Amino acid sequence: MLTAADITTLWLTLRVAAISTVLMLLLGTPIAWWLAHTQSRWKGICNALVALPLVLPPSVLGFYLLILMGPRGPIGQLTTELGLGTLPFTFSGLVVASVLYSIPFVVQPLQTAFAAIGNHPLEAAATLRASPLDSFFSVVMPLARPGFLTATILGFAHTIGEFGVVLMVGGNIPGKTRVVSVQIYNHVEALEYEQAHLLAGGLLVFSFSVLLLMYTILKTSPVAHPFK
Amino acid sequence: MRNKQLFYVVILSWLLASHAGYAATTLVAVASNFTKPMQEIATAFEKTTGHSANLSFGASGKFVAQLENGAPFEVFLSADDKNPKKLEQDGFAVPGTQFTYALGKLVLWSATPGLVDDQGAILGKGGFKHLALADPKLAPYGVAAVELLQNQGLYDKLQPLMVQGENIAQTQQFISTGNAELGFLALSQVIDNGKIASGSGWIVPTGKHKPILQDAILLKTGAENPAATAFLKFLKSPEAIVIIRKYGYDLADK
Repeated sequence: MLTAADITTLWLTLRVAAISTVLMLLLGTPIAWWLAHTQSRWKGICNALVALPLVLPPSVLGFYLLILMGPRGPIGQLTTELGLGTLPFTFSGLVVASVLYSIPFVVQPLQTAFAAIGNHPLEAAATLRASPLDSFFSVVMPLARPGFLTATILGFAHTIGEFGVVLMVGGNIPGKTRVVSVQIYNHVEALEYEQAHLLAGGLLVFSFSVLLLMYTILKTSPVAHPFK
Repeated sequence: MRNKQLFYVVILSWLLASHAGYAATTLVAVASNFTKPMQEIATAFEKTTGHSANLSFGASGKFVAQLENGAPFEVFLSADDKNPKKLEQDGFAVPGTQFTYALGKLVLWSATPGLVDDQGAILGKGGFKHLALADPKLAPYGVAAVELLQNQGLYDKLQPLMVQGENIAQTQQFISTGNAELGFLALSQVIDNGKIASGSGWIVPTGKHKPILQDAILLKTGAENPAATAFLKFLKSPEAIVIIRKYGYDLADK
């Protein structure tokens, strides 16, 4: 059976993923909107920056975060100035790392959705004297609903599955930074295969169900072309 | 023409002769805390025997999991004596080849000069936010650190400040980047020329925790490889022992 420690890590993982997903949607929506519509020559660079976590090894991101957010790093000094202390080994630090690591999974589906909608519905709304904000909420949001669903599901699921970055900046503190993927790793290293199986199997079923939900019920296309 | 043929023959036989000792390579899994001495020992081993050693560093527990699932390592240098024993019991190691190659020394270390006094009194005084140690569930140096704190009656007080590295090398990362003000490491990680090279530290006297017996064992995969057996023999040689001591380890009384 799951031990109390396992349940603590599961609950913590869910909290990190939920908070990160909300933040990624808030942050990712304007970014995706801008990327879908801009003609700026910075577009290429911004697309590349957003997609970077997809190809970077988590050890690279973890290494830089540990140094940048540490007491001698610029982010660390800023957060200390602001009275927040340094971020590694804290729940907030995990959320920051997760947002950076999973944001392409939120931005890309949104960007695809916004690009597919195009300018015509907005122009039509404008002729009906809808303000830009009004037309975003009453025209774009409903039309981009599949994009938002995919972004939410992928962002959430990917944060649950995060491992390398958390291992490097988390410090493995029960109830604070020890998430389920790290707990599985520890069980394996300690040769507690039974415990490892329970959690690993659970995660496998969870991840498969999420993707199944996306591809069957929501009928999302598995291939996205965000950078067209 | 004749001369040229002769030349080739000479070259060829010279090339073959240099391989006459059947120089072989062995794959060695090494506990992270032993990284620095191991690199030096491997160089000396190659120079002395002509064989070579390919080294992998990591947490001992992870190596056991990998070995029991077909990892190709031939020699295992653990950070404890239980992991090699388990490998022997499970039939992955050659019985009777286990021996203690070093006794580990624990150090309380900080990257900040002057922070850790030479009695470790800072543990009682406090004034720090994070105390790093290797996960006691996985790493013998973590176990020793917990024993020390329990013996001093400080464990319950310091427990909320603890951050855990997955192995002793990651623990050092936490401290050397300054994210944890201080923490427990293996002495070999911070020693240079017989003293602590940078920052400040307290070498925990032996007897404040159970001895850290670091054992090596020959794995079945390496039983037929002359380089593997030669390596274990070399690890017991006076030349290797000098290197082991230089990094602050003790040796078991024979």
